[in-house]
Amino acid sequence: MLPSSWPMLSLIVWLPIIAGIFVMWFGAGRARFARWFALASSVIVFLISLALLPGFDTHTYAMQFVERVAWIPQFGIHYHLGVDGISLPLLILTTFTTVIVIISAWEVIQEKAHQYLAAFLIMEGMMNGTFAALDAIVFYFFFEGMLIPMFVIIGIWGGPRRVYATIKFFLYTFLGSVFMLIALIYMYFKCGSFSILHMQQMPLTLAEQVLIFLAFFIAFAVKIPMWPVHTWLPDAHVEAPTGGSVILAAIMLKIGGYGFLRFSLPITPDASALLDSMIIAFSLIAIVYIGFVALVQNDMKKLVAYSSISHMGFVTLGMFVIFMIAANPLNVSGSGVRLAIEGAMVQMISHGLISAAMFLSIGVLYDRLHSRDISAYGGVVNTMPWFAAMVVVFAMANVGLPGTSGFVGEFMVILASYKANFWIALLAAFTLIIGASYTLWMVKRVIFGDVQNEGVAKLKDVNKREAWMLGSLVVLIILVGIWPNPLLDLMHATIEHLAQQALTSKL
Amino acid sequence: MEKIYLIIALSPLVGALVAGLFGKQIGRVGAHWVTNIGVGISFILSVYAFYMHVWGGLPTYDATVYTWAATDAFHFDVGFMVDRLTVLMMVVVTSVSLMVHIYTIGYMADDPGYQRFFSYISLFTFSMLMLVMANNLLQLFFGWEAVGLVSYLLIGFWYKKESAIFANLKAFILNRVGDFGFLLGIAAILMYTNTLDYATFFERLPALASVKVEYWPGVEWSLPTVIAILLFIGAMGKSAQVPLHVWLPDSMEGPTPISALIHAATMVTAGIFMVARFSPLFELSDAALSFIMVIGAITALFMGLLGIVQNDIKRVIAYSTLSQLGYMTVALGASAYSAAIFHLMTHAFFKALLFLAAGSVIIAMHHEQDIRKMGGLWKYMPVTFITFLIDSIILAVQASQLPGATFAYWAVLLGVFVTAFYTFRMFFLVFFGKERMDAHTRSHLHESPKVVTVPLILLSIPALLVGFFAIDPLLFSGFFEQAIVVMPGHDAMANLHEHYHGALAMMEHSLSSSVFWLAIAGVALSAVMYLIMPGLLPAMFAKVFAWPKRILDGAYGFDDFNNAVFGGGSRLLGRGFWRIGDVRLIDGLMVNGTADIIGATAMQWRKLQTGYLYHYAFVMILGLIGLMTWIVFLR
Repeated sequence: MLPSSWPMLSLIVWLPIIAGIFVMWFGAGRARFARWFALASSVIVFLISLALLPGFDTHTYAMQFVERVAWIPQFGIHYHLGVDGISLPLLILTTFTTVIVIISAWEVIQEKAHQYLAAFLIMEGMMNGTFAALDAIVFYFFFEGMLIPMFVIIGIWGGPRRVYATIKFFLYTFLGSVFMLIALIYMYFKCGSFSILHMQQMPLTLAEQVLIFLAFFIAFAVKIPMWPVHTWLPDAHVEAPTGGSVILAAIMLKIGGYGFLRFSLPITPDASALLDSMIIAFSLIAIVYIGFVALVQNDMKKLVAYSSISHMGFVTLGMFVIFMIAANPLNVSGSGVRLAIEGAMVQMISHGLISAAMFLSIGVLYDRLHSRDISAYGGVVNTMPWFAAMVVVFAMANVGLPGTSGFVGEFMVILASYKANFWIALLAAFTLIIGASYTLWMVKRVIFGDVQNEGVAKLKDVNKREAWMLGSLVVLIILVGIWPNPLLDLMHATIEHLAQQALTSKL
Repeated sequence: MEKIYLIIALSPLVGALVAGLFGKQIGRVGAHWVTNIGVGISFILSVYAFYMHVWGGLPTYDATVYTWAATDAFHFDVGFMVDRLTVLMMVVVTSVSLMVHIYTIGYMADDPGYQRFFSYISLFTFSMLMLVMANNLLQLFFGWEAVGLVSYLLIGFWYKKESAIFANLKAFILNRVGDFGFLLGIAAILMYTNTLDYATFFERLPALASVKVEYWPGVEWSLPTVIAILLFIGAMGKSAQVPLHVWLPDSMEGPTPISALIHAATMVTAGIFMVARFSPLFELSDAALSFIMVIGAITALFMGLLGIVQNDIKRVIAYSTLSQLGYMTVALGASAYSAAIFHLMTHAFFKALLFLAAGSVIIAMHHEQDIRKMGGLWKYMPVTFITFLIDSIILAVQASQLPGATFAYWAVLLGVFVTAFYTFRMFFLVFFGKERMDAHTRSHLHESPKVVTVPLILLSIPALLVGFFAIDPLLFSGFFEQAIVVMPGHDAMANLHEHYHGALAMMEHSLSSSVFWLAIAGVALSAVMYLIMPGLLPAMFAKVFAWPKRILDGAYGFDDFNNAVFGGGSRLLGRGFWRIGDVRLIDGLMVNGTADIIGATAMQWRKLQTGYLYHYAFVMILGLIGLMTWIVFLR
């Protein structure tokens, strides 16, 4: 273990960025070196992030591993980092996913491999920074900064319509964050500090709260993405290279959910309570409507992208249904609020694992046959039995089968929603049917059946690298599914505090 | 005992993992040994647990193994509750499973997916044990979905067959429709009792009895009714009750040992088990009970009728399973939980036997499943023939008489006739009469290998005897103790008890009952049709009853309806949402529309920047004049 006096979070944020720059500088023409170097640095960052766990005190909601130095003192901006039970799991998810993504690129990306790897390392640092930031400007810096490597990844290594997709992706997310910046600056003028923790304690009138809430809402809703601002995601996914899709689905979408937890609920609790029905409605539309849309997709990546939107509906539902749970007179015990938020958190982690697994699996097929069309496959199980077995595990996790991580979050959110309103739970539970339909129908058409064409007949089963990559996800998905308690233990204190903040009026 | 229960549940899982992950390394023989031993251990220990609980005076065991998740005010645990209901189910599950494991060695001998198959059926045994041994709803739901998963994998075991992979998708999704209700039921329980633990739930249950909920303005429901019906929707999926039954006949696409184990003996009875387990809840709601009874009666009669027109031997048995599940459900609805469990147990043995026997026939016939092409088989297969005979008789007599609603009563009664008819139709067609197979097949006919016949004989012993010996203790001697609760007003079993004076007397009594004569009539009719005048009568009946037969051939149109309305409808809806909602409205109008407007505006504004100096000079002069005018005249 590293000594506790070390700036652990700064290491996690800056080490990958420095490594990324190094790879970009010295990796040209030395792809082998670039790969090993990138892998080594991502593994080291992953290990450092794991080293946070033993030192993490699960009994307090207070920020831990805090680092704070003045950055631009004239404006009260501090370089201020820290993690709590919400950000730590997401941080570890990020460092883990980056390792996987670098492995996934190994022999697949030949063109400008060092730049590709550098982009992912730099992006990892940015995402870690977003989760660790406790100063709004630092948060905003990383929040915007990570768009650039992603923009480059899709724009250079993407598919044929990559230009349309990148512009759409960039404009959408950028537009959202501009509103957030305005809200942040407004709050700075109000309380004289960019500290997120100060902002959380700052009193605000209802009108102020509503405007700030809407500004945040636009930023985070686009990121998650929520219906109806979701259409950039399928396009971005389809055009992105495998690694880009994985990071996009596994981590970037989570930043939207994280933002709701870090900013919207604690800073604007009354506005959140006022506008909760809007978000619940959007979430339910995401779960049901997007489920139907996913059913008719012919492109595997598009299907999984829509399925992501549908699953992220549970995240926003879990976060905002708490006001109805607390207000429901039939819910005598008043419990269920923390169940909902923790369900949303678990759903984020689990979706990170499952969507990564699904996109990597599609990538494995794409590397071989260069098609994402469902109709180009059929009978893959005949030639790739191990791959098929793992895909079935991932599909079942996507379907939310108990014993996989996909079940935990959905189960908790549905159970909690019943405490708010029967109909909300009913619509949310609809995912049991529609999720199974679109996922398993795809599995039927791609994996099962007799060998459909020569391409499938020539397929080679996963190699060692791919087996490790997918196998580690299988293990994690099942581990979280059969024993989510350690994960929940990390969050209890923080979420209890958060629930209290969200349900205490600032007026 | 705790360790023993753990070993019972986990040893099949170990077998499944070893056979599944290291199938290649341990080979075919290794795979069947490791799984057979795993399930064998489970079986022996289950019998021991049964003995300890029934005769050893062991009290109900209820303890947590580990905490799955502790969050908010709730504890979600994985744990075991073992009482007499549980041990009975454990013995049924492990014994049938063990027989199927042994039988599979012979049946699947030539299959390339040998190891995979053993891995799946052991995994199934594990899941089913987790389901019956659960002490809380979370674990019940885990087992519930896990058996569904294995069923999915096994129906689609021969994944090259288009019909098989269609059937498994259908089975999974229809089960999910049931689980949709089931999960909501679980959520309702958590909402009102803040626990998923059986014991705590039953403790807090009386407080709910009078609670009313209003989920639709102006319509009040009693809370126990809502929860009971939601849970029962789950049972309708798993235990294939109308209208969620359509997956079961199609599930016959899987290998026959699976049809025996999963789609006849054990998994499909999970719903029956669940309702019996929750008898304290169901007892609180007369509305739910009559709903259950009517659904069961519809299933019992109408699915039995479909059995008449099937020609595939496995489909005949599948429809008979549906119909028998209907009987069990009627029994549940009549609060005769112990009768339902009794029937569940005997049915598990004889139906497993029937399927395995059918499988034996199918092997002998080189995978020919059309009963019209069989005939005369008895000459070649004496052992199979006898076991087949035994359980056909059991099946016909089995259809028990239970008091209930008038409709259920008549449906059930008529069902007896139907059951007898289709069972013996199959029996006569397969084993008697002229040989209808071709010469090539005939030359290969032989009695099946020992691994196939031994389980048949072993299974026929409980199938024949268990009913006789178990009826008294199980039905009338309070065998289940506190595991099953019946309200005083609902006590159908006590009513039955008054007429009951021992097993032999009951058999004697039944000779004079209408049930018996209806069964005889069914047997007689099928004998006349298929033995005495096989050339004439079936064809004639088909002609006379052409119209009803067409309905039956189409299985009442459930499949067509589902395909058109739900299948087609949701694809249509999806396409509509996608093409119109996403592509045209959101992307076309809002996203690209905004971009277009900005683009178009920019195009107009661009025209101002012509680049000609005299244009700019001219505008400057105009501006100057305007400014001067304003300063001079208007200020």
